[in-house]
Amino acid sequence: MTEIELITKYEDAAKRIRRHIIDMTYNTGKTGAHLGGSLSIVELLAGLYAGEIRYHADDPNWEGRDRVILSKGHAAMALYPAMVEAGIINEAELSTFKQDGSKLGGHPSLNGLPGIEFASGSLGQGLSLGVGVCLAMKRKGNQDSRAFVFLGDGECDEGSVWEAAASASHYGLSNLVVVVDMNGIQYDGYTTEVMDMAPFEKKWQDFGWNTISIDGHNIEQILEAFSQRGEKPIAILAHTVKGKGVSFMENNWRFHNAALSKEQYEQAVGELEADK
Amino acid sequence: MIEYNKRNIRTWSLLGPSGAHGTAVMELAETNPDVLILTADLCFFSGLERFKTAYPDKLYNVGIAEQNMIGVAAGLAKEGFIPFANTYASFCASRCADQVRVNMAYMGLPIKLIGLTAGYGAGVLGATHVSIEDISLMRALPNITVISPADCTEIIKAILAAAETSDPTYIRLTGPMNMPIVYKEDYNFAIGKAVTIQKGYDVAIIATGSMVAQAQKAAKLLEADGVKCSVINMHTIKPIDSDAILEANENHKLLVTAEEHNVIGGLYGAVAEVLCKEGVHKPVLSIGINDFFAHAGSYSYQLDISELTAESMKKKILSAIN
Repeated sequence: MTEIELITKYEDAAKRIRRHIIDMTYNTGKTGAHLGGSLSIVELLAGLYAGEIRYHADDPNWEGRDRVILSKGHAAMALYPAMVEAGIINEAELSTFKQDGSKLGGHPSLNGLPGIEFASGSLGQGLSLGVGVCLAMKRKGNQDSRAFVFLGDGECDEGSVWEAAASASHYGLSNLVVVVDMNGIQYDGYTTEVMDMAPFEKKWQDFGWNTISIDGHNIEQILEAFSQRGEKPIAILAHTVKGKGVSFMENNWRFHNAALSKEQYEQAVGELEADK
Repeated sequence: MIEYNKRNIRTWSLLGPSGAHGTAVMELAETNPDVLILTADLCFFSGLERFKTAYPDKLYNVGIAEQNMIGVAAGLAKEGFIPFANTYASFCASRCADQVRVNMAYMGLPIKLIGLTAGYGAGVLGATHVSIEDISLMRALPNITVISPADCTEIIKAILAAAETSDPTYIRLTGPMNMPIVYKEDYNFAIGKAVTIQKGYDVAIIATGSMVAQAQKAAKLLEADGVKCSVINMHTIKPIDSDAILEANENHKLLVTAEEHNVIGGLYGAVAEVLCKEGVHKPVLSIGINDFFAHAGSYSYQLDISELTAESMKKKILSAIN
């Protein structure tokens, strides 16, 4: 594949994931789902699952796999369709999202669904898990696998994130990659107003990490960032748009967690179709 | 290979709970390649000095960051290792309650958490460092085994036994340096199986942790008054040994629980739940910390003001049966 074909492949994957997110939310009826932070992370997960990830769909516990930890567990709705792209789960399972008895809960849980390493949802805990996993992989002499921990920017308010960040550089975890989905909005509003963590990139650097700042919707930049390796743990600060891809959801905190009316659903689908 | 002989038992008692912990994990490191140790800046306090010298690569000291310690332990456990993590009991349970809940209880990852200085073990440092609620918190979480050893020998046995199971496990260490010896020689320890230390016919004292030795002393004092006591070591609080409780109830006039823990939600609660479920409705005398924070002070001072000494136990039992 040429580079352009490759990028087109990932962009197509992102479009399918985004469409699934809208359908999955609409299927929950009045319950609704975490639209904003799922739509913002689509290209990042597409870039990982449509190609970069080391994974054998027929052997989910293969030692050489990459470990993906969705610390911002409320974006599970983006994770499941991304896992479909990698062939880890069947597309048909997506229709069970948030239904009683489904393995596809609103947050990932350890209920037998392949490809889920940990339950998440209680924010600020995923990076510690990543540190433990990376220490374990080093102990086992596994030099190929990496752990990818996805954090929200609001999640980084949690002090436990920084306990973990300090320990990752202390232990020299070159096999650890953090991706921060910097969509700029948390539950109660703009992160700069709720709890301003600036200078954010400098914080990671001061904690001993290499940082890469990218446009989190630009596949080329995402692939380039994922291909980086070094001595230090890497923090990819991905600047994204909350609710990306649907005009009335973009940068609108009301769609952090929301249900869709028939009109809203049709408009959203229309916009995604027009983008094809 | 650990030998349970008189000399070792005396040495462990002198070293106290932390020393016994250190001895047990040394044994584990020699016998089980998957065991790893984590601590939060309490390497020496938790008795790991020898371990650190012998196995520096098996020890992760995460600094004063208990929440991170539990998460890192969870990552190691998921990858197939058996992490033993330790810190003050108050920081294991209260401070890290959510990490414990998500990683150990919900995900069921086989972390073995050691709560140092449970009860009043660090009472000289004040209420921030005492732990009178850890049984209650841990017991309310699904899937977690809760163990409270009676003496240093039992601490070693409990730690070795915990390494053999895939259950998330919390082991609370009560008692001072020079901890009273309950077991003078080797015995059978099994998680979930209470041990009858002595048999009487009037009163059954169901005790846990440091209170087992106090109960033995109280039983001796009561014997002089013509009251015969059974002493039952309920070293595992969850899963609780229901059969032992019901049998004790059947064969005695009075049931007593004794714990270095709040009277709410601990051993007393666990015993009462069993009796209630079986339709046994009669008073159980609860000896424990009566829902208050003691002023900072020495271990013996705090046992004294909390009425947890053998002498207080005797008085309470006498007034309950008369």
